[in-house]
Amino acid sequence: MKTSITIIATVLAALALGGCKSTREHLLDSEQSQLALRQIQTKAFDTTDKEKTLRSVIATLQDLQFVIDKADLAVGVVSGTKLSGYQLKMTVTVHPRGDRQMLVRANAQYNITPVTDPEPYQQFFAALQKSMFLTAHDVD
Amino acid sequence: MSTRIVIPLVLGSFAVLAGCASRIPRDALTLSPESLQVRQLETRRFATKDEQQILTASAALLQDMGFTLEEVNAPLGVLVGQKHRDAVRAGEVIGAILLTLFTRYPVPVDSHQTMRASLVTRPLPSGKETAVRITFQRIVYNTEERITKAEPILEPEIYQEFFAKLSKSLFLEAHQI
Repeated sequence: MKTSITIIATVLAALALGGCKSTREHLLDSEQSQLALRQIQTKAFDTTDKEKTLRSVIATLQDLQFVIDKADLAVGVVSGTKLSGYQLKMTVTVHPRGDRQMLVRANAQYNITPVTDPEPYQQFFAALQKSMFLTAHDVD
Repeated sequence: MSTRIVIPLVLGSFAVLAGCASRIPRDALTLSPESLQVRQLETRRFATKDEQQILTASAALLQDMGFTLEEVNAPLGVLVGQKHRDAVRAGEVIGAILLTLFTRYPVPVDSHQTMRASLVTRPLPSGKETAVRITFQRIVYNTEERITKAEPILEPEIYQEFFAKLSKSLFLEAHQI
């Protein structure tokens, strides 16, 4: 009787812990295809104005209730945090692609998990293209 | 006997697994119907092109409010400040004391908080005005150092007072957007 409970408990614990990852896996977050994730997180806009793009990113993040944490024009990066019972952190980078487009890449972290679903990023870019008055193009 | 132990174990392990797979709320990155209202609350426009002047006056104002500045980026018009303050509320402490007497276990209460302010200036398309948007948020920790609240601060009086002070130090009127 007692042994069966111990066995069940051990198996359950192993199952539960099996869902958790090693430090290396957490640090590299490499289980998902890098390419697929990058595609989800990146859009191209038909503009060469880096400053305008970054200012639109900042305005969009503020509209989405983020508080801006950091911003740098030279590197082209903006970070913000949204608190709403949860903590959502987001970093957006902007850099030129060719001589006609700017690439915008966003990555987000919800509490302690990376956001890898396409939907939240689609929503973010939908809000951004409204503020940019430009269409967000997919990047292959 | 064994079922009584196994059921909580199963439920417990589900809870652990669910914790690993916590998902972002569906509306976290969508513009809410209130977002326009919030933007109006947090934004004023000033009749100047001089972003630098606004940033300098805002930095002084945040210092007056006891914020320490953490990040400044003048080319993008960003100013970020933070402060730590007490978060003890008398009513909650009295409630906790009564509950502790009743249950004999110490009940944690809100203890301290981190408050953050982020100010962004933005030249308006007219070329003659600059919009200033300030946002506040706070994280409250209890006596066990756990987070009990993580929220935006949206009381209109705070914003009205902030912009009243800013317009005073700029010698410019603050207009609603």
